[in-house]
Amino acid sequence: MIGFATPRRGWIFLLPVGLFAALVAGFYGGLGLDTMVLPSPLIDKPAPHFTLPPLYEGRQGFSTADLSGHVSLVNTFASWCAPCRAEHPVLNALAGTKRVPIYGIDYKDKPPAAQAWIAELGDPYTKIGADDGRIGIEWGVYGVPETFIVDRQGRIRYKHVGPLTEADVNATILPLVARLDK
Amino acid sequence: MIDEVGHFALVLALCVAALQAVVPLIGAARGDAALTAWARPAALAQFIFVATAFFALMHAYAVSDFSLVNVAANSNSVKPLLYKLTGVWSNHEGSMLLWVFILALFGAAVAVFGRNLPPSLRARVLAVQAMIGVGFLLFILFTSNPFLRLYPAAAEGAGLNPILQDRGLAFHPPMLYLGYVGFSIAFCFAIAALIEGRVDPAWARWVRPWTLAAWCALTMGIAAGSWWSYYTLGWGGWWYWDPVENASFMPWLIGTALLHSAIVVEKREALKTWTILLAILTFSLSLIGTFLVRSGVLTSVHAFASDPRRGVFILLLLSVYTGGALLLFAWRAPQLQSGGLFAPISREGGLLLNNLLLTTAAATVLLGTLYPLFLDVVAHQRVSVGPPFYTMTFVPIMVPLVVAMAVGPMLPWKRGDLAAALGRLKLAFAVAAGAALVTLAAMGVRSLGAACGLALAGWMLAATASELAERVRLFAEPLPAVLRRALRLPRAAWGMTLAHAGMAVVVAGITGSTAWSEQNIVDARPGQSFEIAGYSVAFDRVNELKGPDYTETRADMRLSRGGRELADLHPYKRFYPGEDGSATGVAIRTNLLADVYVVIGDPDGKGGYALRLYYNPLVPWIWLGAAIMALGGLVSLTDRRHRVGAPARRARAVAAARIQAAE
Repeated sequence: MIGFATPRRGWIFLLPVGLFAALVAGFYGGLGLDTMVLPSPLIDKPAPHFTLPPLYEGRQGFSTADLSGHVSLVNTFASWCAPCRAEHPVLNALAGTKRVPIYGIDYKDKPPAAQAWIAELGDPYTKIGADDGRIGIEWGVYGVPETFIVDRQGRIRYKHVGPLTEADVNATILPLVARLDK
Repeated sequence: MIDEVGHFALVLALCVAALQAVVPLIGAARGDAALTAWARPAALAQFIFVATAFFALMHAYAVSDFSLVNVAANSNSVKPLLYKLTGVWSNHEGSMLLWVFILALFGAAVAVFGRNLPPSLRARVLAVQAMIGVGFLLFILFTSNPFLRLYPAAAEGAGLNPILQDRGLAFHPPMLYLGYVGFSIAFCFAIAALIEGRVDPAWARWVRPWTLAAWCALTMGIAAGSWWSYYTLGWGGWWYWDPVENASFMPWLIGTALLHSAIVVEKREALKTWTILLAILTFSLSLIGTFLVRSGVLTSVHAFASDPRRGVFILLLLSVYTGGALLLFAWRAPQLQSGGLFAPISREGGLLLNNLLLTTAAATVLLGTLYPLFLDVVAHQRVSVGPPFYTMTFVPIMVPLVVAMAVGPMLPWKRGDLAAALGRLKLAFAVAAGAALVTLAAMGVRSLGAACGLALAGWMLAATASELAERVRLFAEPLPAVLRRALRLPRAAWGMTLAHAGMAVVVAGITGSTAWSEQNIVDARPGQSFEIAGYSVAFDRVNELKGPDYTETRADMRLSRGGRELADLHPYKRFYPGEDGSATGVAIRTNLLADVYVVIGDPDGKGGYALRLYYNPLVPWIWLGAAIMALGGLVSLTDRRHRVGAPARRARAVAAARIQAAE
């Protein structure tokens, strides 16, 4: 029989209030943080050192070495991410201009799902690396999609959080790429 | 003038609530009937004042009084009246006023319908309720006052976010708040019971209808929100595990556990302290949800414009109410008398398992929601927790829950026989196996996951039907006798049957929409035709229309299947120059088994449009199932033992006898 009749120890009744106190402390710490602006501590720092396996078997993976010598765009996406879907036509259009190579980091995704996604929406990427989440953390990825601009020396110069729109591309991305390209 | 009346009424409500929080408590502690009796008129007065304030604000929205900051910032004069009125709760200040309005409404309802409660219990419940009222009225008056004047008044308002201009929004937030705030009554009953040091079956019977009412409202509110995001956001999805969706889902999970554990207290006097804890947690999670949405600690599409001062204030309220309640719990709960023993395999055991699984599920969602925040606080790292986390953790908890939901009602109280219970589930086994085999045969081996999901739904539905058939002795007795039994069955039993059947329908809906959704995203020109899941969509033309405060790009499409025309579809996109925003109108054609869902996107500038076509099988079942669940709750709410005073009076006599015995 499950019995609740035996005298119980008092300390277990303190457990809920203890856990709750920890929760409040966490909330209090969180109040000071501004989540709308996501400052990247990596701005103007060299891109993290990484090597990612390719999304498609038989093709080349994506690594730090790809990012030197020219200005590049690094875009994180996932097939489970609805805003990425909204962003994708913008990336396709940007890739069509051939102004800047776009590298993709497929973030916490299943490769077959991502391959089907690319097959359906088109492939704007020069190379796509598949990331189980670790490399994304090194890039300071908070949520997908995020887009980084990396200069010729391989330093991160800009970070965009959320889906890129056509307006973002025209007002920010392309001018910055043009400036860094000079 | 009316605005000032509203503002003043809010201050008066605060004064009344402050008295209501103190006087009845003193009366109940001293046994002073005059002071105890204070609670009822005070609760009614508080309600009248808050209602005055609420309707004053509604009036300001109706007449577009742009001399109020709140109205000028969230409305404009050209909107239809309905959206002016729903604009009241589409912003932080107005929705907080709705929150306290519903709080006061529940307080008044306890005062009016709680005639059969012992006066001291009713006084304490209403006093605790008033404490919550005081905190939130202070919060409104000091940090979020909707009656602040704007001088000089604006000529035109800034308008309402176009995606919020929707009929669903007239319904979704009030239902959600009825749920959230309704759980405050269970919370107040729990605190009152801890103060009195007594939890008995009568207490459980009094708490249950309030919890049920709140649960029904929350179920409908969540379903309405999910439906709204399905047909307005235009991505074909119905649940995104967004922090704010999670904030409404956690109280639902714990509230569901509370509904079930209260039954054990009522019938068997067991699980008392646990039930008290659940009552505290349910409302606390509603408060945590309020904090998360309004403090800006989490990034979400739903978040209101945030203000750190408000965040600190709500955190303070949360600490006082939940912290205070849990401290009281730690102090008083060990002294509560516990009741009946039971074997692990028994009705109580089944309900306990249900409770453990539901609480674990809620804890999982809480972890997923708060992990990014806490990691940021502790390690200054930013991560995101996406749907994959919830699929991996939530589904494995829900599967055993649904399996056990079928078995639990078959077990007798105290001590049951699992083999005998399973023996009575032969039909359920057969239906589950049949559902799995038919699915595999029709859709192929790749649908194994879906076959399991539908088997689960079939299992649940057949088990619920079997349980009902046994109760009314279907096939065992002649039909008239069966009908008589069915009519005499307690409403609570019908409620359970409906709610469990609704859950089976939801499981089927989730399974179908997850496994077999199809989508086709195309760059389309008028005149072209596209295929989706055997349907054909002919894109005929695009019209540019003009509405009162928007311009609309509206497509004419024809849906057909096998050459037979089924419907005209008109997906549209509206641009609102006043608000500088746009809204998507999804065209949905449903036959209740599957939806064809068409969205028109932006023009590509060369005469083409991005078209998104989705085929979502069984998706309507998700909301249908949720509606059946809520209906089950409502039916259970009409059970005579919640209405008739007699059993309550008898229980009170028993309780009184018990006090005497204890003394």
